[in-house]
Amino acid sequence: MSALLKADSLVRTLPLTVPVTLVRDISVEIQHGEFVAIMGPSGSGKSSLLYLLGLLDIPTSGTLLLDGQDTSGFDEDALADVRLSKLGFVFQFHFLLAEFTAMDNVMLPMRKLARLSEDAMLARAEKILTDLGMAEHRHKRPDQLSGGQRQRVAIARALANDPLIILADEPTGNLDTTSSANVRQILRDLATQQGKTIITVTHDPTFAKAADRRIGLVDGRIDPDWVHPGMQG
Amino acid sequence: MRLQLGIAVTHLLARKRQTLVSLSGIVLGTAFFLAVSALMQGSENDFIKRLVDNSPHITVSDEYRGADTQPAAMQWPDAAVEIRSIKPQTEVRGIRGHQEKLAFIESIPGLRVAPALTGSVVLTFAGRVQGVSLTGLIPASMRSVSTIEEKMIEGSLDALNANPNGIIVGIGLINKFKLAMGRNVTVTTSDGVVRSMKIVGIFRTGTANYDEVQTYALLKKVQSLLNRPNRVNRFVIQLNDPYQARNVATLIEQRIGYKSMSWLEASEDIMNLLTVRNIIMYSVVTAILVVAAFGIYNTISTIVMEKTRDIAIMKSMGFHASDIRLIFISEGVIVGLIGSLLGIAGGLGLMWILDHITISVPSFGGPTHLPVYRGNKQFAIAFSFAMLSAIAASYLPARKGGRVHPVDILRGSM
Repeated sequence: MSALLKADSLVRTLPLTVPVTLVRDISVEIQHGEFVAIMGPSGSGKSSLLYLLGLLDIPTSGTLLLDGQDTSGFDEDALADVRLSKLGFVFQFHFLLAEFTAMDNVMLPMRKLARLSEDAMLARAEKILTDLGMAEHRHKRPDQLSGGQRQRVAIARALANDPLIILADEPTGNLDTTSSANVRQILRDLATQQGKTIITVTHDPTFAKAADRRIGLVDGRIDPDWVHPGMQG
Repeated sequence: MRLQLGIAVTHLLARKRQTLVSLSGIVLGTAFFLAVSALMQGSENDFIKRLVDNSPHITVSDEYRGADTQPAAMQWPDAAVEIRSIKPQTEVRGIRGHQEKLAFIESIPGLRVAPALTGSVVLTFAGRVQGVSLTGLIPASMRSVSTIEEKMIEGSLDALNANPNGIIVGIGLINKFKLAMGRNVTVTTSDGVVRSMKIVGIFRTGTANYDEVQTYALLKKVQSLLNRPNRVNRFVIQLNDPYQARNVATLIEQRIGYKSMSWLEASEDIMNLLTVRNIIMYSVVTAILVVAAFGIYNTISTIVMEKTRDIAIMKSMGFHASDIRLIFISEGVIVGLIGSLLGIAGGLGLMWILDHITISVPSFGGPTHLPVYRGNKQFAIAFSFAMLSAIAASYLPARKGGRVHPVDILRGSM
């Protein structure tokens, strides 16, 4: 079976006065339903790699195949269309739209994709929020929710268009232990039970242990020998 | 489109105070634009109406435009003919062959014409002397081209038919000479002809000079007095469509050769003045709307700045740059649309108030109202300009929003 995501020799250099290379020669394959944690010291290029894999940033060189499709040469709108239909994002900060309720936030990507009828979108948003234990909070705005609840709504929003891959950038970085465990379990279940591919950047060794595979990153390169200090021994 | 519109409405409703301030700017700008332009356009129309009603649309005078073609030039039209020492024929001043020329003018559809002969005479009464302009007219013809009949406060034009020795004078002269209806005045021409004429009518136009120096008598009587038998020196023409005056005047002048001046030409300075006044008025009210547009720009710029993270997350989600632009331009359109509609309602309200203001102008004959004009063009200009300024004001922040690169924001937020 071919890889869902295949990166080949990805390089990302910022064209500053003194060019800064964030990601160097990364080649990686990620399979359907795999839960991958990207780890590494601060400034090692974890988030930069995640943005490249999530088509939010364009590599300076190298190729990226998503679901068998070469994304090099895609313009901004084409990349946006792929993100909308095939990818879902969860960030350290929830980034929910403050004026919208949890339901509206979850329905936002669905409304943009406009693949379902309004009734079907409502039903799907309700189901996702219910599955994540947020049914009773669905009509609340983000400022009426706790940190963990907001992050669960953000995960629900990432799941809205039934994406192939969920990319999470330190999704538990801002949460207390209980909420972190809850989010970790949700992502784990999504991979195990729904076959979603999860790619997450994390500093949290407990979270990383829940993943099927860990990729160590040092100075923008994959270092197979790198182990988080909290996971040594 | 519905999604972007929904987000735009949510943004505006979340910032009620800022939205209301932007909205107020457009409402006030549009309302004042309408009120001021209604007043200015109304006064302009009123002025032009008075000008058109009270003066001839075209005046053909006895000033011949070109010299007659000489027989030698007619004989050899292609030759270089030089004729020296041509001496104009001495003749009685006036429009030569006026009957034929009058017949031609009458054949042009959509106009009414009256012949007149005007000359200067001296009027004396009880030792008082006044130089006046005496116009000879045919009452029936003059009534169709002039409002003088409406200005009569005593007597009528027809009184001239009843009394061929009658004269109609203005109220200014009556007051100056302490005259009254039925009194006789002495009229002396430049040739020394002296006649006694009876006052059979008094008019008041409201223009002091006109009321003092203009007098009217029968055409035949004036021709006899001025020793210009069977001559007229003016055709007074009124058109059904006054704005055709320039074209008709050109046609008449080409055909009969005498100077024909339309009211538009005669009032060119005044018309230019009105144009300048309009430019000033539109500049001022435009400035109001430009200031209002800055309000919208400020509001939407603030929203774009506050919503940079939201824009980044929407773009990461799959929104295009055009979707983001559409959201913020929609905000401008919504403010512009609601503002201009409320502004039109406010403008109508201000017009209603202006309509009900009564003013008294001395010598105007009684209380009068401000001339308020309600034209579709004004509403269209106000609406279009308000919408245009709102869209222009929202475009720049919208473009900025569309250019937000999600990675720059997400990386900065981590």
